[in-house]
Amino acid sequence: MTLHPAPLTHKLMRDLYRIKGQAVAIGAVIAVGVMMLVMMTGLVASLSETRRTYYDRFRLADVFAPVARAPETVAQRLRHLPGVAAIQTRVSGRALIDLGGNALPIQARALSLPEYRAAALNTIYLTDGRMFDAARAEEVVVLRSFARAHGLRPGDHIAATMNGFRRELSVVGFAQSPEFLYSTAPGELAPDDARFAVLWMSRTALAAAFDMQGAFNEVLFSLSRGAEPEAVIAAADRLLDRYGAQGAYGLSHLQSDLFISEEIDGLRRSARSVPPIFLAVAAFLLYIVISRMVQAEREQIGLMKAFGYSDTEVGGHYFRMILVIAVGGALAGCLLGVAAGRWMADLYLLYYKFPFLVFRLDPASFLTGFAVSILAASAGGLLVLRQVFALTPAVAMRAAAPPDYSHSGQFSSALEHVLDQPTRMVLRRLTRQPLRMGGAVLGVAAGLSVSIAMMSILNSFSAMQALTFDVIDHSDLNVSFIQPLEARSIHDLQSLPGVIEVEPVRIVPAILRNGRALYHGAIHGLIEQPRLYRAVDADTQPITMRQGGVILSSGLARTLDIKAGDQLSVDVREGRRPRLSLPVIAVAESLLGSPAYMEIGALNRVLKEPLRISGAYLRVDATQAAKIYAALKAMPMVAGVSVKSESRAALKKVMDQGAGAMRYVMALIAAVITFGVIYNAARVAQAERARDLAGLRVLGFSRGEVAFVLLGELAAVTLLALPLGGVIGYGLTFAIAAGFSTDVYQIRPVLDAESFGLAMAVVLVAALVSGWLVKRDIDRADLVTALKTRE
Amino acid sequence: MTRNTFTTRDLRKIYGEGPAAVQALRGVTLEIPEGEIVVLLGPSGSGKSTLLNILGGLDRGTDGAVFFRDRDLAAMSDRELTRYRRDHVGFVFQFYNLMPSLTARENVELVTEIARDPMDPGEALARVGLAQRADHFPAQLSGGEQQRVAIARALAKQPDVLFCDEPTGALDSTTGRAVLNVLKEANEKMGTTVLIVTHAAAQAGMADRVIHFADGTVREVIENANKCAPEDIEW
Repeated sequence: MTLHPAPLTHKLMRDLYRIKGQAVAIGAVIAVGVMMLVMMTGLVASLSETRRTYYDRFRLADVFAPVARAPETVAQRLRHLPGVAAIQTRVSGRALIDLGGNALPIQARALSLPEYRAAALNTIYLTDGRMFDAARAEEVVVLRSFARAHGLRPGDHIAATMNGFRRELSVVGFAQSPEFLYSTAPGELAPDDARFAVLWMSRTALAAAFDMQGAFNEVLFSLSRGAEPEAVIAAADRLLDRYGAQGAYGLSHLQSDLFISEEIDGLRRSARSVPPIFLAVAAFLLYIVISRMVQAEREQIGLMKAFGYSDTEVGGHYFRMILVIAVGGALAGCLLGVAAGRWMADLYLLYYKFPFLVFRLDPASFLTGFAVSILAASAGGLLVLRQVFALTPAVAMRAAAPPDYSHSGQFSSALEHVLDQPTRMVLRRLTRQPLRMGGAVLGVAAGLSVSIAMMSILNSFSAMQALTFDVIDHSDLNVSFIQPLEARSIHDLQSLPGVIEVEPVRIVPAILRNGRALYHGAIHGLIEQPRLYRAVDADTQPITMRQGGVILSSGLARTLDIKAGDQLSVDVREGRRPRLSLPVIAVAESLLGSPAYMEIGALNRVLKEPLRISGAYLRVDATQAAKIYAALKAMPMVAGVSVKSESRAALKKVMDQGAGAMRYVMALIAAVITFGVIYNAARVAQAERARDLAGLRVLGFSRGEVAFVLLGELAAVTLLALPLGGVIGYGLTFAIAAGFSTDVYQIRPVLDAESFGLAMAVVLVAALVSGWLVKRDIDRADLVTALKTRE
Repeated sequence: MTRNTFTTRDLRKIYGEGPAAVQALRGVTLEIPEGEIVVLLGPSGSGKSTLLNILGGLDRGTDGAVFFRDRDLAAMSDRELTRYRRDHVGFVFQFYNLMPSLTARENVELVTEIARDPMDPGEALARVGLAQRADHFPAQLSGGEQQRVAIARALAKQPDVLFCDEPTGALDSTTGRAVLNVLKEANEKMGTTVLIVTHAAAQAGMADRVIHFADGTVREVIENANKCAPEDIEW
């Protein structure tokens, strides 16, 4: 006796063909769950592994310590700090690149590399051309993404202003660096390849440009195994304090690493939370579909048992059907996961500048995908097997007694008068198996809530852009100076033709602390009633820059776990670097970045400095923009200019292409769940009631009246799911928003009627299509055959 | 002279096409007068159920004519057939076909709610002796009781014709006789034409007319002058 008798295999194939629509719908739900699992865990593995290899191979530092100016002799002492494996001093400065024409100057970071040996830390990956010749001060290696964006070639010349002096540079090569995996210009949040450059030059040349001969202004550390970064950071800060330490920070605070880490963490969280929803829904669907099949085939089951097939053989038959669907779904999911993973990996390369990023299939995710699908399906299957085992040949061969409705809804006499019989049939079915109906309602609600969450997250990105660029920032240009200047410098900007309005800003880099929580950021000094760049409250009303304390953005207040009225500790990393304790006087709404604000006069007073400004917001006449750009390029005090429209476009591009695309996929996937549940619920209801429905037709009920009895149930499930899905979606949105908010951007859920409406429309369309498919079959059903079938 | 409830002329029914085609009716010509109990006898596959289904408006003939009184059933649209079943016809099946989610009374009300001139559901149940069981669901009733509810449901609309396909096929002799009695009473008291399809030749004893079927044709039509009571039928 074999475990899989051939006739049963034939039956299996034919049964699967018969329920192909349902099998495909369930398989699709499983496939989507497995696809997400394989894709996300694969991406986590690919990104983490590639990042680790990239960091190791190019010896990215563990700790970065910027300093005003320290003599090279200090390096020896730094090298011997406990826990330090290697150090590299370097000169780092800001530069403005002028590519000629009407274009705006482009912000760049200039970094030195040792001349006659390889750098101990933060080496670069030369992709084109050659390294600079140490003897030629004008030779530079340029960040590859920037060079590509402008079509530069090795041998081209570019002009750059460094420390107020303009010089001609010769581009000799392109490079990538793990330090600039994700590169944005200072003050910008979205990467824009064309608007940010890194220039690597010889130490001698750069030291000359920034007056750093025999000195350095940044030191990089790698740590020995097991060393605590905090200890090294503290030691470095102490040692460099007298040279103007600006606050050492670990790799995890490096902007580029921060972004990629957040991306990986987000993927990891999603990989854990999203696929289980799909697999649970699939298990439920398999349970109702196969259990329905066992019910309908009880006679055949009895017959097989009467012929001498064992419980195991008969049960195995139905179990194999579950397995075929689960394995089919898992297989499709794995293949889709690999395809989606490759596509996502290519997408990631647009933003994260790895030299390569191969989608690495995590073999464990394949196994997990299969194992979890089969387990989930089996959970549904075991309940079915119990039914198969419980059937004895004799019981199975007898016609089943009519399902007992005596415990389902009884209607009060008031209702009795209102409800006609078809309506009672619908209501009794809904109440007879409340768990199953509840499951169907929950399944549809799950699909709906995912759609709602995705759409409101999508909305929140537009809201974030709108708040940042329409409410907070009314300027057209933001100009930053190479160092804080006297307040009268603002007149130089005001006097430019075409400049309509100028508003000064003083930005002071600082480490903000509250207890153990700290944030490397800056305090923005704004005028009392700013018009061009404002802080706003939760109702988007501008906040007056009152004196006497700091105003923190909501994200920052959360990071530091501080509220209005508390004292904030501020380590200023500029000038005389005082340590201040300032009261928090208000919390401002901000969805992008983590700014802190003070009234500019008050800020200068606590710094004990005369009124100084480090930049300005400008409103300009668009028709004169070219002239203004040219004038700004000619001002040696200007370290950078950012154009709001360009920042906005860059951010929008990131949201739309990367994250945005992913979220559309998620919404589509939510539709798959919704359709899978509704379609299967409809099919099962149809199969269970084929005879009742035919009976109604015989009694003289029209097709429409009969369809009401069946589709009424579907409609009730759908209508119950709408509010429930709305509530779950509401909660899910906040959970996702909290989970995905970072220092860089805060996701504030935007739950508008449109998102709810659209998500519900998806559910209703799925319900209508399912209903239509089923009604088509009812209309085609042969009355006579349906009546002869005994249940 | 009594008029005919049904008249068929050379009625044919073919299932399937080509070599797989099965001729279920091979030219049936019949007249069924109003107010009679007619029993259709014949072996399985002889075409008697097919004829019943066509007369009942559940199915259509492939060829030939079929009239209910003077109305051509073959010419009716689906909508008209539904109307015809609703207004004129009652069905009783071997497996009862009650709605399990409705009580006995509600099963009857299912029909009285849409019928033109129904009787009171309580009265219909009383006629089949189930007034006391009106609030029970089918799962709480025996087979015979379920069949009697099915008959009450069929009678409640006061149909012109009652079609019964093996109405006692799933019942024991006592219950079966009780069911046949109900059919006889309906025929006598309401003047309903009753058509019974059965394997059981003995049931022919209670018929006014017995039609013998074989191979899709009518072999013999016998008018029964000496009807017996259902109680006297041998089971």
